[in-house]
Formats: sequence, C-alpha cells, structure tokens
Amino acid sequence: MSTAEPLLRVEDLRVEFHTEDGVVHAVDGISYEIQRGRTLGIVGESGSGKSVAALTTLGLTRAQGAHVSGRILFEGRDLVALSDEELRSVRGNDIAMVFQDPLSALHPFFKVGAQLIEAVVAHQDVSKAQARARAVELLGLVGIPDPARRVDEFPHEFSGGMRQRAMIAMALANEPKLLIADEPTTALDVTVQAQILALMERLQRELGMAIVIITHDLGVVAELADDIAVMYAGRIVETTSAELLFDRPEHPYTWGLLKSLPKLEGSREEPLVPISGTPPSLINRPTGCHFHPRCPYSQPEHTRIDPKLEPVLGEPRHQVACLLESELRGRLWQELRAGRTPLEALAAVGPDGPSEAVS
Amino acid sequence: MSALVEVRDLVKHFPITKGIVFQKRVGAVQAVDGVSFDIEPGETLGIVGETGCGKSTTARLIMRLLEPTSGRVSFEGEDITQLKGSRLKAVRREMQMIFQDPYSSLNPRKTIGSIIGEPFAIHGLEKGEGERKRAVQELMETVGLNPEHYNRYPHEFSGGQRQRIGVARALALKPKLLIADEPVSALDVSIQAQVLNLLRDLQREFGLTVVFIAHDLSVVRHMCDRVAVMYLGKIVEIGPGDALYGFPRHPYTGALLSAVPVADPSHHGQERRLLSGDVPSPANPPSACRFHTRCPKAQELCSTREPLLEEMDSGTRAACHFPLTREEVGEIGVRSAG
Amino acid sequence: MIRYIIRRLLWGVVLLILVSALTFLFFRIFPTASPAQLRAGRIQNPKIIHEINVDLGLNKPLLTQFWIYMKGIFLHFNLGYSYYSSAPVKELILSRLSDTVSLVLGGAVIWLLSGLAVGIISARRPRSRLDRFSMGGALVLVSAPEYWLGLIVLFLFASDIGKVRIFPGAGSYVGLTSDPVKWFTSLILPWLVVAAGNAAIYARLMRGSLIETMSEDYIRTARAKGLSERRVVLRHGVRGAINPILTILGLDIGILLGSSVLVETVFEIPGIGLLNFQAITHSDFPIVQGTVLIAAFFIIIANIVVDIAYAYLDPRVRYQ
Repeated sequence: MSTAEPLLRVEDLRVEFHTEDGVVHAVDGISYEIQRGRTLGIVGESGSGKSVAALTTLGLTRAQGAHVSGRILFEGRDLVALSDEELRSVRGNDIAMVFQDPLSALHPFFKVGAQLIEAVVAHQDVSKAQARARAVELLGLVGIPDPARRVDEFPHEFSGGMRQRAMIAMALANEPKLLIADEPTTALDVTVQAQILALMERLQRELGMAIVIITHDLGVVAELADDIAVMYAGRIVETTSAELLFDRPEHPYTWGLLKSLPKLEGSREEPLVPISGTPPSLINRPTGCHFHPRCPYSQPEHTRIDPKLEPVLGEPRHQVACLLESELRGRLWQELRAGRTPLEALAAVGPDGPSEAVS
Repeated sequence: MSALVEVRDLVKHFPITKGIVFQKRVGAVQAVDGVSFDIEPGETLGIVGETGCGKSTTARLIMRLLEPTSGRVSFEGEDITQLKGSRLKAVRREMQMIFQDPYSSLNPRKTIGSIIGEPFAIHGLEKGEGERKRAVQELMETVGLNPEHYNRYPHEFSGGQRQRIGVARALALKPKLLIADEPVSALDVSIQAQVLNLLRDLQREFGLTVVFIAHDLSVVRHMCDRVAVMYLGKIVEIGPGDALYGFPRHPYTGALLSAVPVADPSHHGQERRLLSGDVPSPANPPSACRFHTRCPKAQELCSTREPLLEEMDSGTRAACHFPLTREEVGEIGVRSAG
Repeated sequence: MIRYIIRRLLWGVVLLILVSALTFLFFRIFPTASPAQLRAGRIQNPKIIHEINVDLGLNKPLLTQFWIYMKGIFLHFNLGYSYYSSAPVKELILSRLSDTVSLVLGGAVIWLLSGLAVGIISARRPRSRLDRFSMGGALVLVSAPEYWLGLIVLFLFASDIGKVRIFPGAGSYVGLTSDPVKWFTSLILPWLVVAAGNAAIYARLMRGSLIETMSEDYIRTARAKGLSERRVVLRHGVRGAINPILTILGLDIGILLGSSVLVETVFEIPGIGLLNFQAITHSDFPIVQGTVLIAAFFIIIANIVVDIAYAYLDPRVRYQ
C-alpha cells in the first residue's frame, strides 16, 4: 500500500443482524484500505462475511435491518454515518457495484438501455438523447458488439457473458472511483470468466479506478488482485500483496485453502488436504481464535485468546491474525509446501516446535 | 479388457414446439449430437465442457434417465437402450448417480436413514428392518457420517454432509458404475477437498468405475484418469489426463486450459489468447465443425467438412482438421502445458 | 402472434358452441316451468297452451329445435325471440350492454386504484399497525355479501332513504347519453359495492406480490445505482409485482360482466344481469340462453386479452 491517502479506509467495521435464532455477527471488526487504481481481492468461503462487508459499504444492508458500527471513510466522509439521502449521491456515482448473477440482478422487464440510461440520469444532468448516447458508448466500451441495436433489448436476450458486461457498463455509467464486484464471474463459464476478468483489468487501466473483487476463487484473485485479504468467520485473518500471499502465506486457514485446491499442473498423486470440520456458526462462534476448532496447529490457550491482525516480522505490509509464533509459521509452511500433510509438518518441525507457540 | 460401458453414436434432440393445443415441432435443441466412447472398468473418466455442451445430458442418457433420440448404450456388453421392466431394473442396480445440488437432491421430508435405505427397499434387499438399518449405518460410517444421525432430516446437515448422504445412497447397492454430475460445484472449497478425497477413497475400496462430470478443470485433472472434452453436443477431444492437459490438440481444449484462473500470481501477465464471443445456441449449432465460429485456426474446410475423432501422436484423440502444435500451445498460454 | 390470436379465437368459437349446446340442454332436460303455461297466464286452456307451444316451436323434436337454434345463432347471429315479449333477444341484450359495462368498468377502476394503493403502503410497512388494520379491514369487506353490502350502503347514504343523504339511491340510474352527471352520481354507490370486496382482494394481492418482489436481486441493484427509494419501489418494485394482478384483473372483469346480477338488482340498474334474472323467473329460455352466451363470450375474450397482455407485460414470455 502506497503512502498516499487511501481512497477507502474501513475501520473496525462490525455488522450484526438480529434474528430469531440470535445475533448473527456477519462482520466482526475488519479494517482495510483501498488505494486508488489498485485492486483488492477479498477471499472467503460462505459465511466469511465478505459479501456483507461489501454490501455495507454502500449501505445496502440497511434494508435488511443490519446494525452497523465502525467507520467507512471515503474521501473523508464516513459512509456509515451518512443518511440514505446522502448515501444515494455516492451509490452508482463515486462507488458502483456489480453483482453475481446478472440475470437476476438486472430488471427483467426493462430494456438494458433503459436501465443504463436510468443510471446515468440519476447522477448527471443530461438530456434523454445524451443519456442514450452514453448508454450506447458504455456498451461499446465493455465490448458488446452492435451496441446501438443491443441497447433496446431485454436482459434475457443477452447471453450470460454479455449480461455481465452490461452490468459492468451500468456500473461505469458515472465513472466511479471505486468498483465493487461481488462474485462477478462465479455464475459464468470459464472461457467467459476469463474474458470478463480481462475486461475488468483493461477498464481499470483505462479509467484508473480502484476495484474490490470479492470471490471464493483463489485463482481469480491471483489473476486480478494486487492485494488480497482473506476472511474467515467475519474477520480478516490475513492480508498482503498477491505475490506474498501465495508465496509466503502466514495463516493456517490460508495454508488450508491452498493445500485443498486441486492443481491444474503438476502431479496428480499429491493428495488434497482438506480443512477438517465446517465453517462456524456466526451466532455461536468458537471462543478465542475463531479458527481453532479446525486448525491442526492450535494450542489450548488458543481457545481463550483472540488474535489481532498484526504485521509479520520483516514484512510490514503483510498482516496476519494468528497466535502461533512467526518463526514457527514460516517453518510449517515450508514443510507444507514441500508436500507434507499438517500432521507431518508438525512432526517435522520438531517435538519442541509446538511448545514454542506462545502468544 | 472389454469396456464396462460402450456408447455409440448417441444422439439426444429436445424438440422445440410452438402452439398450445396442437404442438408443431419447429426445431430441436441438439443437446447431444453423435457421441461415442467407452468407459473402461475401474477407471475414472472425466467429462468437461461449458454450458450447453451436453455433458449432463450424456450422463443421464447412459443411466437411461432420458431416452436417446438415437444411438446405443451397452452395459457389460448388453444393449440397454431398449430394455424394459425387470431387466432394466436389474441393470439400474449397477449404475448410480450423485447429483450436483445437495440442497434439492434429497427429499426434505424423509430421514436420511430412509433416504439411504431406499435403494434396498426398491430392489427388495435387506428385508428386515434391523438388517436395513445396520446396512445403512455401515454406509454412513463409510462416507464419514455419524451413524447415530440415522433419524435426522436433510436440513440438519451442511452441504458437504448432504453430498456424503447422496454418495451413501448411491453406494447402497454396490454399483459397478458411479456417475457424479458436478458433485462438488455447489460446495465451499474447504469442503470440496473432503468430498473429493472421499470419492477417491471409495473408488479404490469398492473398485468403482466413475464418470466425473464437472466444469472445473482443476478438479477433473486431479480426479480423472481419462478426460473427454465436449462442445455443443460433441466430443472434441478425449484421452489420458496427462496427455490432454500436457499437450492439448483441439483448439477448444487449449482455450479452456488457458482460461482457467490459476492460484499462482506468477502467471499473471503471461501472454494468453482468449476466446472471443459466446457459445452458440445448441438449437442452432454451426455447420460441420461446431467450434469453427470461434476458432482462431478455422479455415474454410472447417465449415464444410466435419472433423472426426482421430488418434494424435501426443496420446489423445481429437476432432480437428488443424490440431494445435507445441508452439501454439505455448502461445495461447495453456496453463497446464508440460 | 397474429396466428396465435386467430387460433385462440377459433377455439373460442368452439367453446361458444359448446356453451350454447349445454345451456340448451339444461333447459330442456331439467325441470322448469313450462313457458307456454306462463305465457298463457291465468287461462290455463290446454288448447291455447298447445297453440302457444306450436307458436314458440316447442312441439318440434328436440334435435330439430336445437338445430334451428344453433343455426340461428351462428349463421344469422339471431339469438331468438323472447317467449314473453317476442322482442328480439339480441336487441334486448345490446341495449343494456352499456349499463352493465358502466357498472363493471367503473367499479374496476375504483378497486384497482384503491386496492393497489393500500397494498403498496401495507407492503412497505409489514406488520405495522397500518398493515394489520388494512388487511383486517380487507378481510371484512371480502366476507361481506354483495347484496347485503348494497342494502347497507343504501340504508346509510341513499338520498331518498339513507341516514346521511348524499348519493342517489336505488332506481335513480340513467344512461350515460341521457344525463352524464346523473349517470355518474347514480353509479357512485353501486361502484363502491362492486369495488369493496375486490379492492380488499387486490390490496392483499399487491401486498404479497410487492413484498416478494422487493427481495429480488434487481431491487438491490436499483438501490446500488443510487435511485431514490420512491423510484425503487414504484418503478422497479411495482412493475415487477404487478403482472399477476393485471392478469387476474382481466379475468375478474370478464367474469363480472356476466354476473353483475346482484348489484343490478339492489340498485335497479337495467343491465344484462337484471335482464337475466327476470327472464329466469319467466322461464324465458331465449333470453337466458342469450345472456349465458354473452357471459361466456366475455370470459373467453377476457382470457385471450389477458394472455396476449402477458406477453407484453413479461418480455421473457413472448410467443414467438
């Protein structure tokens, strides 16, 4: 992260939903920054809180009765504190969002052009004709062929990839400074996914906007993101640049994710090492470190102490929330990376290894 | 060693009709349009492809959950395409399927004990109540479920556990062939690995032959011995996994393999040639070689004469007039090239 | 699309033939008063009765009667003549068509506007006091029989007999062309009665449909674009919610056009419903057959219109 003022700074964001079954702690105190023109990838599985965090940026969880605390600073203004009216001037304007399933995210009864025009007119004082011209221009910008004709078609007349392009076009209508993309390619075929990711990269270069891409797919963030934050049970457990995350990950959850992915190249014989157990309930979370029930390296005191996100020794821009000692982590990862299972890695690190794990 | 399953010229067209009372056929979705392959006993065959390629339809045709428009499927040398009644039922014991969506493929009103035990009931095995329960609980243990949860309902389980229930049900009758249709696509990454490992272990333990259908190329690479790539109802390339992933010959296979996002940022910035456009509609597929409209190597021949699957020197069979060369494989940025 | 419409219309004709045949059959098979006897009046002279029967063509074999009847309708568009007054049935019906249409369409406008408004407001504040009150009130209105409601309304508001004499009462109806103002004011109470129950139903429908629509992904997208909440609800939400309501509206109007008899009776509006009622008491088969046919015709047309409209309302469903 550069020393320039970040475009977006999230400080200790918490989002809770009060349901009949209890309080769901969807986001449990996360802090991160987004720099202008860079891409942040937020990775997590279901229940990690990644989508809720993104939606809350634009206040889109208010309609579901979310209780939000913390600050989201965008160009000096705290978005959490803004009224709906004030927030509306930001939505679709400075910050725009793209969603997962473009078939359900676009209104089925309005033409694509009309929906784009609506996005333009909401924030710019232009004539209908100008707005329409802008809509055609936007469709062309995202690579939709024959945009002047396509602008009068309905969403279901577009193919899946084109629909997603149209949604991206709509998000770009007012040249946002930040684009939030929530699982933008999950519903798409792999060749179409590649096209969309390439498109997003190109648009970022041409328009200089920052992107937050939320996904469960580590391959996608490796493609697109400059920096990555890994979320688990509503918290960020690790954050760093993309290179460092795949080269020297520090958190056992990240190790687990990387070890459980089947590889496209290399040997078929190396077994997948799944993370045991299942993601925790967000109502009754494990005590202490939320990951400890599934962590092969956890110690008794990890059930009591809550790790904070802290910089890694020697890598100030690499932060991890883990109670294991840094040197131990480094050695464990070396073993894992060489193909050993967690148990083997523990053993290889030495019988006095675990006892060095002091918080 | 004769094949367990032989598929010859299998065709499935879904008619498109117009009209409310008198329905007139105005066209057809050519979901599967002349597919032939063998499934060898004990192997894991992967079928990959994107939306509309016909992989799921092919699986259902093999199981005779759908009736083919034409073509033949043989199981253990016997033509099963025309079978009826008790003979069909007997064959069905030998083939079982696991489905994609763990949330909708289990009857929410039944306990998992009765779901897993249903195959016994249908085929009249394990008559006694106690016998059946024991058999079911044994299966539950095999797939990693707690046998004490016999009387619980599907909604009480997570997605990964539900898939295990589906697997247990499929294995109840000790089938010879297991078809897994996107079994892990709906699961979280950390759970996917659990279920994939389970399937691999079970295959070894029970000597199963598995057909593994997926769109995730990494998963298929890991699980499968041989892989078939389908596009718009046809097999465009088929062969051993190492050969296909290491040196793909069909341009579509190459495109797929270059498009896969790989969890390794050092690839970022590496030159790739991406496929343009979208998959054509299976109701109106291109002439001759189906891929010619998007193929960077297409020439006039490709739109007039349909290529057939031919043995390539790299170990796979590919249906292409101008298969990829080693240089081209590098140029388009195939991720798995060896 | 044109071919589709023509096909539906042809099937409609088939249906009408079926309906006429059935109506004809019902009257001949099931016991009714003999029209000849009714026409003969107090003098029940068998000879005169026989003459009337011949006159009306009722002595001919059933099949012949049927054939004459069907030929008359479908070849000459002649619906026969009243047994009672000898007036041509077609003229009787057509002359009263505008009255029934005034009643039904006016009522429909009122129930649609009020029902949708209440429904939208309730949907935006689910489980609030306003919501529970309006849904409860809706339940009461739906349960109230039309006839009873009509009398109550007259009792309360009719200018001649009511407690608060504001609106013209029963029997004050005049046609639109003769006196537009009086036509309008005389229909206010009948419109309210027609609208009451239906407004309640539509409010509930709209509430349910809108609540469901507001949880759709495209509503979230609309908010994310920075649109005002008002626009999100009224333009994106209502538009997404209204399809089932408009289709039901078409069917309701079609049905009501053929079954407005209760309200017409209470308010003495000389529409098709009242005509039908009077004809039944006289065993006046031709008129009854005519009104049934007209009612069936309305329903068939309403169904076709609704199906076509749906293709416009939902672009995903365009009949190729």
